[in-house]
Amino acid sequence: MNLHEYQAKALLSGFGLRFPPSLLLKESEGSLRVADLPPSDTGQWVVKAQVHSGARGKAGGVSVVDSPDAALTAANALIGTRLVTGQTGPAGLPVDVVLVEPALPIAREYYLAMTVDRARQRVVVIASSHGGMDIETIASAHPEAIFRTEVNPTVGLAAYQARELAFALGFDDVQVKSFVSMALKVYQAFIERDAALIEINPLAALDGGELAIVDAKVSLDDNAEYRQDEWWRQRDVAQEDPAERKAIDHGLNYVALDGNIACMVNGAGLAMATMDLIQYAGGTPANFLDVGGGTSAAKVTEAFKLILENPRVEAILVNIFGGIVRCDLIAEGIIEAAREVALDVPTVVRLAGTNAEQGRRMLADSGLALIAEDDLAAAAGRAVELANKSREAAR
Amino acid sequence: MSILVDQSTRVICQGFTGKQGTFHSEQALAYGTRLVGGVTPGKGGQTHLGLPVFDTVADAVRETGATASMIYVPAPFAADSILEAAAAGIEVIACITEGIPVIDMLKVKAVLAQDYPDACLIGPNCPGLITPDACKIGIMPGAIHQKGRVGIVSRSGTLTYEAVAQTTAAGLGQSTCVGIGGDPIGGLDFIDCLSRFADDPQTELVLMVGEIGGGAEEAAAEFIRQGYPKPVVAYIAGATAPAGKRMGHAGAVIAGGKGTAAAKCEALRAAGVHVVGSPAELGVTAARVLENRSEGMSAS
Repeated sequence: MNLHEYQAKALLSGFGLRFPPSLLLKESEGSLRVADLPPSDTGQWVVKAQVHSGARGKAGGVSVVDSPDAALTAANALIGTRLVTGQTGPAGLPVDVVLVEPALPIAREYYLAMTVDRARQRVVVIASSHGGMDIETIASAHPEAIFRTEVNPTVGLAAYQARELAFALGFDDVQVKSFVSMALKVYQAFIERDAALIEINPLAALDGGELAIVDAKVSLDDNAEYRQDEWWRQRDVAQEDPAERKAIDHGLNYVALDGNIACMVNGAGLAMATMDLIQYAGGTPANFLDVGGGTSAAKVTEAFKLILENPRVEAILVNIFGGIVRCDLIAEGIIEAAREVALDVPTVVRLAGTNAEQGRRMLADSGLALIAEDDLAAAAGRAVELANKSREAAR
Repeated sequence: MSILVDQSTRVICQGFTGKQGTFHSEQALAYGTRLVGGVTPGKGGQTHLGLPVFDTVADAVRETGATASMIYVPAPFAADSILEAAAAGIEVIACITEGIPVIDMLKVKAVLAQDYPDACLIGPNCPGLITPDACKIGIMPGAIHQKGRVGIVSRSGTLTYEAVAQTTAAGLGQSTCVGIGGDPIGGLDFIDCLSRFADDPQTELVLMVGEIGGGAEEAAAEFIRQGYPKPVVAYIAGATAPAGKRMGHAGAVIAGGKGTAAAKCEALRAAGVHVVGSPAELGVTAARVLENRSEGMSAS
């Protein structure tokens, strides 16, 4: 789960990291007053749209202004709009919260991040003397300026590791101490809040030499929701895809794609494989949909509803490998669902594994226009063929 | 022969008396697995499914001589169960549980590496492992398996069943099938399994099922490239998956342009692996490779 910048800063401040006073404008809470604005030593303020996307600046989601009035005007202009960035897709994301902060006198921008390195199976700390751009850009423009260290989880980030990074970044003695203290606190936050990623970018050295966190991004581990209640309660579902959100509520795993052949599969690996097969047969998948291992008739019904909400869908491929789940129960679910949702899209069903034969017979006897296929490749081929036919028929 | 487990392996179940533990223990027993008991703290001394229940894994190991464990403990407690099994001397620890926090697994991995280097963790978030006609430790349907020549290692669950069913249909059968799991931090990886299959006389070919995300398949390709004694057939799921979207498994996400199916397939091909583009061709490809190999052998 991603946090907004203002939430990320609140999370980090819980570990002793300090931020200048700021102000939040929320869609639901009406307008700001000049008196509420935090003071600014530079006489400038930064107004930032709170959306789950990078590249906000380029998209007009971040502005630097010279007066309190201009700050209010900019904040009011952003709130309630949708911000379209290079990462959001054409619909953009709703701006329901705007963060206003005093602009800091930045002398130089750095980068600091922590994440889990899968290959090394450790938390890795990445720092760079170039910040303010995304890490991929830093990596290609200044590969020599990226430093990393791996953390042994039994002792945590050691001060010497943070010191090594600080010296590598070229900080002076006072800054080294400040960086070490900051890095240890960020690591503590990473572990205690079950983070998947904490990125401080930019980490700024100010005109006076002091270090400050200008922007922060925090993602939390979905598996740890049960013990990070405080932060999960603040989850902003408005930033998430509505279909994907609905799927999660029903215990389904759904990702919308841009093709015309929907698929419904049990198991994530098999679901990806089914998408691949559709493409292999010359079609394009409309979605990834994993109904899970212990699926039920009710879940199958919800899955059909979800699929049919996508107007681009011209054929459906159901691919179930019954293991613990019995295919006859799945068949029952499909039949119920087909009746309930008035299934009018050609649907190919491939059942394999436990009680597949029985399931296939039930589908055949149902009187529904379901097409049963035993073979995986044949099933995908058939779905592609039917999608092409329904497209032609529509013309 | 097989890898990791065989008909003599004594197995216990952690989370034995729970719903999942009970169901899959029944299935394991029906398959012929030598399940010798289980662990549920506080229920020691009871009998469940005709087998003894112990309070601790240490008790179970002492009383039954178990060397393998299957874990069906809920996610908040599963990391602890893995450590308990390792501390009690269990050699093969199959953790089926899904949804264990990554931080917990990081700590578990570090402790295993430091204190219990001989313990083999399989998973978490995996279907487990099976040696056909001998030992089933996990949630896979036993009936689709057949004792035979192909070693299978996979990051997926139902997609593994697909690979199994295809090798069974092709008359090849399986030596051992290991589901290594879909999480970013896990136990045995492709290379660990490939090494074991290399040394197993029953395994004539290895079938590798990978998916997008991470670099485990690329690392395996490099391992194979350095000289692997048996043919390898591979399929990588997720060629059509978009970047930045997590495809069900926590580990299946293309991040920062890395971990694409294309890059993985390319690395494997360069290592001499028979990469199949369609998951429907796993069985037939394995059969063809083995046939060509035996023809090549008889000709020479």
